[in-house]
Amino acid sequence: MSVDKVREPFVRISKRASIELWRSWLFRAAALFASLVVCGVIIFALTGLNPVRVYAAMFSGAFGTVKRSWVTIRDLMMLLCISVGLAPAFKMRFWNIGAEGQILAGGIVSAALMIYAGNSIPLVPLLMLMFLASAAAGAVWGLIPGVFKAVWNANETLFTLMMNYIAIQVTSYFVALWENPYGSNTVGVINQLSKGGWFPAIFGQMYLLNVIIVLALTILMYLYLRYSKQGYEIAVVGESENTARYAAINVRKVVIRTMLISGAICGVAGFIAVAGAGHTISTSTAGGKGFVAIIVAWLSKFNTLVMVLISGLLVFLDKGAVQIASQFDLNDFVSEMITGIILFFILGSEFFINFKVRFRGRIKEAGK
Amino acid sequence: MTQLISLIQAAVAFGTVILFGAVGEILAEKSGNLNLGVPGVMYLGGIAGLVAAFFYERSAANPNGLVALLVTFGACFLAAMIGGLIYAVLTITLRANQNVTGLTLTIFGGGVANLFGGTLNKMAGGVGQISVALTSSAFRTTMPYLSTETGAIGKIFFSYGFLAYLAVLVAVFVSWFINRTSVGLNLRAVGENPATADAAGINVTKYKYVATCVGAGISGFGGLYYTIDYIKGTWSTDGSIEGLGWLAVALVIFATWKPTRAIWGAYLFGALFWLYYYIPGLTRSSQELFKMLPYAVTIAVLIFVSLRHKKEDQPPTSLGLAYFREER
Repeated sequence: MSVDKVREPFVRISKRASIELWRSWLFRAAALFASLVVCGVIIFALTGLNPVRVYAAMFSGAFGTVKRSWVTIRDLMMLLCISVGLAPAFKMRFWNIGAEGQILAGGIVSAALMIYAGNSIPLVPLLMLMFLASAAAGAVWGLIPGVFKAVWNANETLFTLMMNYIAIQVTSYFVALWENPYGSNTVGVINQLSKGGWFPAIFGQMYLLNVIIVLALTILMYLYLRYSKQGYEIAVVGESENTARYAAINVRKVVIRTMLISGAICGVAGFIAVAGAGHTISTSTAGGKGFVAIIVAWLSKFNTLVMVLISGLLVFLDKGAVQIASQFDLNDFVSEMITGIILFFILGSEFFINFKVRFRGRIKEAGK
Repeated sequence: MTQLISLIQAAVAFGTVILFGAVGEILAEKSGNLNLGVPGVMYLGGIAGLVAAFFYERSAANPNGLVALLVTFGACFLAAMIGGLIYAVLTITLRANQNVTGLTLTIFGGGVANLFGGTLNKMAGGVGQISVALTSSAFRTTMPYLSTETGAIGKIFFSYGFLAYLAVLVAVFVSWFINRTSVGLNLRAVGENPATADAAGINVTKYKYVATCVGAGISGFGGLYYTIDYIKGTWSTDGSIEGLGWLAVALVIFATWKPTRAIWGAYLFGALFWLYYYIPGLTRSSQELFKMLPYAVTIAVLIFVSLRHKKEDQPPTSLGLAYFREER
């Protein structure tokens, strides 16, 4: 009998129509736990240290003192801001890998205003001007690949990636131009004495303005994507361009408009990085956060409120790892390795959320 | 004249790094996998080779150049393949998003490599103190007689370590493989339309796995050439490999997915990258603008290709998409 010879595959996978919310978060939590175990084993293998102690040290690195907590919050806001900027583009399935470049474009403009107008314009109008100018610079940087994608269908993943390097070289150009002191090849802290263009402390907290701006953007973006007509158009274009065309949505217009918004918010992130955190500009002002934010945006399924959680987790890991690095004499890069491992696991867990896995034996029972 | 020769030499050395990266990536992309983890894979290959060389020279009683070379070579290929395997499991079996997985692999690879590289620097007693002189010189051995006795021609064609020639051979081989062999044509079918390939009886999963892992292994040699030959067996945590890895991705576009075109493209990128060094009278800030050239050229090619819309120059149709048989 030939029928018997057909072996059933050992596992069968099928797409889930839907999944309960608690179950999807259970999978993610399990993945996170598993990844922490794996990282623990690796840390133990490398250093022979008790992993639980290492994780305790990580917590102290991120929240051990009030100052550390604020630095953690500042970095969280930075990552969140970029992720929020990427959300509309990614929801449209436009692979904006170019956040790094858009951040730098905004950062350069902010730094230029600080250098050339920092001591002549009063702080509040100056900050507003910097905000608008950096948003415009980021928007232009996002617009270029956006237009080529919309009109000529040029591959946006690769285009935006190249735009990053153009921006990095432009930044190097300005760093060499503005270097201070001469020969140091860094810009140094801009307006160190006058603090022209620096974010003012609010209620004594240096980084409170960062929090206010970013949270406002986060909530606005949530509402925009969820309740506005434009947000709906973005969702339709992302799901299927043909459907969008059939529904008389002008796809080109939506792509270009969305990239303007996406680039502008990333530009604002550059403004925050320069005026609200580093007070300087260098090629590492974006520092890979534009890439990490892509992962944040993707994992949060473009829900900006979930982004707060995921960027919080990643920044916590980063700060914690820097702490263990200095405490246990490793180097800082352990944080990138840990981040990578955890993201691998979370990415893998998405499979179990989207697909149902059944093993051979159980299918037979179900068949009877 | 000497200036021109030295520019060509710099271009070839630089080009070799990204040629390996790009050829490996072309192989992976032909199976439909857009692996943005090339920088990470190059990092893994580079550090594995360096670590292997370091410990071999340290532990062996009578280190031998040829053995050192083989050990280093194997470690590099293996580590880079493991990087590719992580990517393959996540994107092919678990159908995770390719862009996000690739970027994660880049973060991971950079982290692992710099962690070990930093530790190695510390073990060796400081930055630039890693000594793998034997292995490095084995890799940097040039052709006897031809490189020294033939003047300008020798300098231009024969003054490189064997990896530079291997890169060209691999590129030609991959080109032959994907255009002239039935296995290679099957691979391209998988990248163009996996559902059709599947219906024709091609094992899509197997093809994607092998192409991604072997491609990653080839890309890894780019990192190896950089650490052992280009910077002569040291490690610096300045992220230069990452920049080179992205340039390799750019080269894939520039070459429009053709390995033979990647050969001269790689040397052109190298020449463009080093051009600023040979133009007199540039200030330091305008030098930085010159370094933008390879990327600007890539953008120009990208635009040109999408404007012209020629069939042979397009990326594989299913590039970036996971394949799930039951999906319509």
